[in-house]
Amino acid sequence: MQPRSAARELAALKADTAVCLAGRIVARTADGFVLQDDTGCAQCLSSAQASVGAFARVVGVWDGVQLKAASVELLSAGNDRFMRGDSDFSQLIGKRLSNLRARHDVLRTIRSFLDAQGLLEVDTPAIVPCPGLDVHLDAIEVLGMGAPRWLHTSPEYQMKRLLSTGLPGVYQLGKAFRRGERGKLHEPEFTMLEWYRTFACAQDMMTDTEQLVSQIARVLTGGTRLPGIQQPVDVSAPWDRISVAEAFQRYAGVDVETVVHDDDRFYRLLVEKVEPELGRGRATFLTDYPARMASLARLSAQDPKCAERFEAYVDGVELCNGFSELTDPAEQRRRLQADQAQRGKLGRSVYPIDERFMAALEDGLPPSGGNALGVDRLVMLALGAKQIDEVVAFTTARV
Amino acid sequence: MYDFSQIKKNLKIKLDGVPFNVVDFQFVKPGKGNAFTRTRLRNMYTGAVIERTFKQHEKLEPADMDERQMQFLFKEGDDFVFMDTSSFEQLHLSKDQLGENQWYLIDNTNVDVLFFNDKPIGVTPPTFVLMKVIRTEPGFKGDTSGGAMKPATMESGLEVNVPLFINEGETLKIDTRTGEYAERVNVKK
Repeated sequence: MQPRSAARELAALKADTAVCLAGRIVARTADGFVLQDDTGCAQCLSSAQASVGAFARVVGVWDGVQLKAASVELLSAGNDRFMRGDSDFSQLIGKRLSNLRARHDVLRTIRSFLDAQGLLEVDTPAIVPCPGLDVHLDAIEVLGMGAPRWLHTSPEYQMKRLLSTGLPGVYQLGKAFRRGERGKLHEPEFTMLEWYRTFACAQDMMTDTEQLVSQIARVLTGGTRLPGIQQPVDVSAPWDRISVAEAFQRYAGVDVETVVHDDDRFYRLLVEKVEPELGRGRATFLTDYPARMASLARLSAQDPKCAERFEAYVDGVELCNGFSELTDPAEQRRRLQADQAQRGKLGRSVYPIDERFMAALEDGLPPSGGNALGVDRLVMLALGAKQIDEVVAFTTARV
Repeated sequence: MYDFSQIKKNLKIKLDGVPFNVVDFQFVKPGKGNAFTRTRLRNMYTGAVIERTFKQHEKLEPADMDERQMQFLFKEGDDFVFMDTSSFEQLHLSKDQLGENQWYLIDNTNVDVLFFNDKPIGVTPPTFVLMKVIRTEPGFKGDTSGGAMKPATMESGLEVNVPLFINEGETLKIDTRTGEYAERVNVKK
């Protein structure tokens, strides 16, 4: 097969160069047609019967303006349905396709960064008997497994079971599933990076995060800034750090102690007043969560009112959530039971406690740090995309 | 009553007796927190836009509207003039009251005018409207970017991104829910 040229590069060629192009015929002109490949368009001079929509290979001579076709080989049937605004062609060609290339670069950079740190990449099952008990997350049920099963909302339990074998660290780059979450920053099925290290704590995970994201900025932009959703953000280490208490005081003018027992008020202030201010111009960690919002994080040895939990914000977008992991099985069981009770009270499905995960904690988990990072959001921030739809091949609604 | 999951663009709700139109909405949810929908609402009396955040279990009161089909006649300054084709009665709606729907009005076409407590306060455009392109760069000349869309100005003044093969004078179908190009329409000459 003859080597193929890229439409975009034709303009740089000298006149009378022999070229071969392959792509789709997107329009007919008076004396030929327009061929579009994944890099751009080229005018082709040809008397061949070219049907719009067909894929074709054109061999000929570039005259400096257009391609004088010597031969046109039609490679597929064509119709003009591809031109409609809702066709895959219209949806994916152009910007969206270059976003997918950038997404590939982000995934590759994540892997090379964590591989270099000696972490083991794993992929644990997506279908689980006990999805996470986070009070505000709903799992998607899976039928046909002979027993109650769900898609995980995070692979946390299985990854910690692997960690309890004494591995220095594991990471997973895969899908997580959360029922009912759909918006500019949410898809019910999204890509999440989770990584865990033994003999480590939240501080180490923050250092990892700073280094990983600044490496992504280097690879994608050659600099230390990401374009962000609204404005560029400096992601070079070290990032700013602000505690939940300071952030509520500064941006909402509220003593966090007065709202911490009321989820509605706490989270309303968080989304309306606090989050929009975080990570503006410079990436920021929100740290020292109130103990009540510890989730699966260990309480601080210095201040038991706070948990060693953090989230990273870049341009107002929550990028990740990390912990010094809770390793005390008795405390873990108390929290899971409390979550179950709370879910029952709110009328949400009450999932069972994962006893295999509990057994791993009882058998002993070294002090560990863990972090879960939304990869689609990272790609959005790295590209300046305003919606998650722009950085995935197909949204859940278009599958 | 509407619930949280029914919030969408152009939903009409009532807050303290005042009708509001949902201009834009966004699902927001901290990873481990409650879900909210942050909305931008247009006050249908004044055109002023406010922000309101609704939480997951909040109910929204519908603003019941009457609709009457009328003909859009023409634009007069910042006002848009409509006529009831049976009674020939005319009424005006301002640019602010119409919001982005002003871009979907074509002279002498029919449109549903909304009445709240017998007062006209807006229009409901059809889901798709047909409009001519009055200005866009010619198709493929010099295109080497690989980008599949280019800007175009429609006869109503609406700016949309269209595929490269669209030319001036062609008629396009525009989706009024998104303000985006849907497809090219072959109008029989």
